[in-house]
Amino acid sequence: MPSRTAPGPHQARASFGLKAATLAVLLYLHLPLAIIILYAFTTEDAAFTFPPPGLTLDWFGVAWRRSDIWAALSLSLRVATATTGVALLLGTLAAAAVHRAKFFGRETISFLVILPIALPGIITGIALRSAISLLNIPFSLWTIVIGHATFCVVVVYNNVLARFRRTAASQVEASMDLGASPFETFRYIVLPSIATALLAGGMLAFALSFDEIIVTTFTAGQQETLPIWIFTQLTKPRQRPVTNIAAIFVIAATMVPILLAHRLTEGSGGRAGR
Amino acid sequence: MAAVRFLHVSRHFGDVKAVDHVSLDIHDGEFFSLLGPSGSGKTTCLRLIAGFDHPTAGAIELHGVGVSGIPPYERDVNTVFQDYALFPHMSVGQNVAYGLMIKRVPPTERDARVREMLDLVRLGGMAERRPSQLSGGQRQRVALARALINRPRVLLLDEPLGALDLKLRQQMQIELKAIQQHVGITFIYVTHDQEEALTMSDRLAVFNNGRVEQVGAPAEVYEHPATDFVAGFVGVSNLVSGETARAITGSPETFTIRPEKILMHEPDAAIEDGLCWIDGRVRDVVYLGPHTRYRVDLDAGGELTVTQQNVDSTSLDVQAARGRRVRLVWPRAHNRSVITTG
Amino acid sequence: MPVTRRLAISLYRHPRVALLLLLAPPLLWLGVVYLGSLSSLVVQSFFSLDGFTGQVVRRFTLATYRDLLTPANMDIVMRTAGMAAAVTLAAAVAAFPLAYYMARYASPRGKAALYLAVLLPLWSSYLVRVFSWKLILAKEGILNWTVQRLALGGALDWLLGLPVIGGPSLSVSLLGMFVVFLYVWLPYMILPVEAALERIPESFLEASADLGARPGQTFRQVILPLALPGVIAGSIFTFSLTLGDFIVPYALGNSALFIGQAVLAHQGTSGNIPLAAAFTVVPMVIMAFYLLAAKRTGAFDAL
Repeated sequence: MPSRTAPGPHQARASFGLKAATLAVLLYLHLPLAIIILYAFTTEDAAFTFPPPGLTLDWFGVAWRRSDIWAALSLSLRVATATTGVALLLGTLAAAAVHRAKFFGRETISFLVILPIALPGIITGIALRSAISLLNIPFSLWTIVIGHATFCVVVVYNNVLARFRRTAASQVEASMDLGASPFETFRYIVLPSIATALLAGGMLAFALSFDEIIVTTFTAGQQETLPIWIFTQLTKPRQRPVTNIAAIFVIAATMVPILLAHRLTEGSGGRAGR
Repeated sequence: MAAVRFLHVSRHFGDVKAVDHVSLDIHDGEFFSLLGPSGSGKTTCLRLIAGFDHPTAGAIELHGVGVSGIPPYERDVNTVFQDYALFPHMSVGQNVAYGLMIKRVPPTERDARVREMLDLVRLGGMAERRPSQLSGGQRQRVALARALINRPRVLLLDEPLGALDLKLRQQMQIELKAIQQHVGITFIYVTHDQEEALTMSDRLAVFNNGRVEQVGAPAEVYEHPATDFVAGFVGVSNLVSGETARAITGSPETFTIRPEKILMHEPDAAIEDGLCWIDGRVRDVVYLGPHTRYRVDLDAGGELTVTQQNVDSTSLDVQAARGRRVRLVWPRAHNRSVITTG
Repeated sequence: MPVTRRLAISLYRHPRVALLLLLAPPLLWLGVVYLGSLSSLVVQSFFSLDGFTGQVVRRFTLATYRDLLTPANMDIVMRTAGMAAAVTLAAAVAAFPLAYYMARYASPRGKAALYLAVLLPLWSSYLVRVFSWKLILAKEGILNWTVQRLALGGALDWLLGLPVIGGPSLSVSLLGMFVVFLYVWLPYMILPVEAALERIPESFLEASADLGARPGQTFRQVILPLALPGVIAGSIFTFSLTLGDFIVPYALGNSALFIGQAVLAHQGTSGNIPLAAAFTVVPMVIMAFYLLAAKRTGAFDAL
């Protein structure tokens, strides 16, 4: 081995510079959310002075009494629930079809499922908007759900397909061999084995739908989901901390399902990727 | 009436002929093995019987009834899978009871039969365990109990002992055979292990490249291999042809001779009537414990493998044979002419 | 025989029918609703808006694309593409240290924690994350406060005085937008780069050192080329997401529009869906070329 004066290409410990850069990137990724939380407690009504002149819990009471927040929240919850249902059904069916058979166009199905999330949201949004206008469909809860489900199918599909691939095909055969019809096999064998994948995929779909704004902007018409409500507040000068409270709620409502989903699929190859 | 009958069955996957014009009769109550190297079509045949796969051509009958279009869950056969395919979210008892639950057998009868089955495979008291808590051999028994509880008329076993170590495998071979005799149903057993097939089967079929090379009782297949492939695959065999064959028998026709039939003598040993002989030099000696394997270069070209029992020789004695000139002698009656199938 | 049993058997005999039944709902949704909408988008871009009535004229014309090619609109396209390129380059550089640390140094538990630390911002509310920068970059906000504490006001003023990227303050300048774009899309770059780095076997680095390469040389000659597919995979996200975004320019931009804003404005207030559609065809075409180029480098394996 040649003698080396410089340290090797891979020491057991990272250099100080690398650690510092890593830490800086981590802070850059996470500190801004702390700022949001901080300003939910500021006493200022219309500005974001740092440091805040004073702290208060009053804005929570104000937010509680604002009916427009409740309306937006309720719409977002209904949309996310309906979207999750549609995504679970379509994603599972697509995963089952792709898993069970090699058929012509199988790659196309995978591609089609991934496409809505690979293309910028604005394309999905304006495409649906253009179809809605061509067909003169009135805006409703369902126009929003159609948009959301389109890009949520993929998370259920990915999770369920990964689980199908880990589950031995012989189990389904064994069940049929022992006398169970396809329906019984689905109920007693397939469903229990994909249950956590469905739960994880469903939660990710819920989180994706709950905080979506780009596609929603095009398919909501005059309706306000919680993200759209926050978006419109950006230009309004009054009661700014209320927006922060709504934002905190959105953070919680998306992070909790994501963390749970991560837990459920740990080490199972169910990749979380947009 | 045959328990299972294959009538000119083929199964092609694109250009690959996994099963190619197979016709077979498997009798009721026999232990029948499908023996062959991997990719020879034996597992595909099993899947065709179970109904997981469909013939491209030909027909399969179970107890005289054509099964084309009948799904697995309507066929009176059950399978022990190579990977056991135990349901991980169910206990051992639930796994075994699965078939009865599907058939809506009342719980009291179900429990009794599960207990009986678990006792049969010597897993009494294990009903509450999870499959993941069991050893490989125990899982294998659960799979067996689960497949037997429906009282099928035919049991299909797909290399069920493949994942077990040698000792356990030999023990399970004996147990499986005993269980088969106890329940008295047809066992169709897929294996690539010729020793396993020879020990356990009443009859066996040797598969190669999707075709059946030979069907018969173990001794018949071993002693009278129909083709060069069977001679080579079932046990070890010397294949002699061309000039070497002419030097021994006077004819260039291909024949096979088992290594254990050949005796190694001094180079000047006398030859009696009805014996074949040929001279050569020992090139290689492999001491194998109970016997020793010699490779002998023949003066007439080619080589023969010879095995000799180590009756009173030690490993040192046998090693000394290397390089020695020998005369190989055997009864002509042990020569088997075979068809070359490649 | 019960109906379900009979149904099951007939499906067994016709596996193609069973497959079709499974596929029909997702195919109807994605194939008809989604692809149908995408084609209606392309179709609309060949319609035009009647200037007097404000109605869409449903007749084939290239007039809308002629409108798209006016200097003002091309400005928008170039600005957006330039921003996407800048964000992508910066993300590739910024992703490296964390990805490298994750792939090479972190303990298994540390790696899992870091993975989650990158994953959470990727999944969590994108709008809220943009919103947070509105607070940070505000004139009286934490960034200006820090700059003043550190007596760096002069440097910031100089940066904001630069042409094109500067502006009256960070919260209304291309520079501020750049920082926010980088912030929101960085996780999309870190994950594929980390995956690519993790796949470089330790022995490659040892072999390089053994052959006399210094760490810097090993990095340039071995690590960078092997990590490139990961960078390209990540760049697909950062580039495409920046191209299509309108939230960041809306929250932090000035009067200089981006493609997303133009699309939003044309479909909304003016009702000019044809022009909005034509505008979205631009990122679609850019991304198609980008993906074709990326495919040649084998970046899709790193996704």
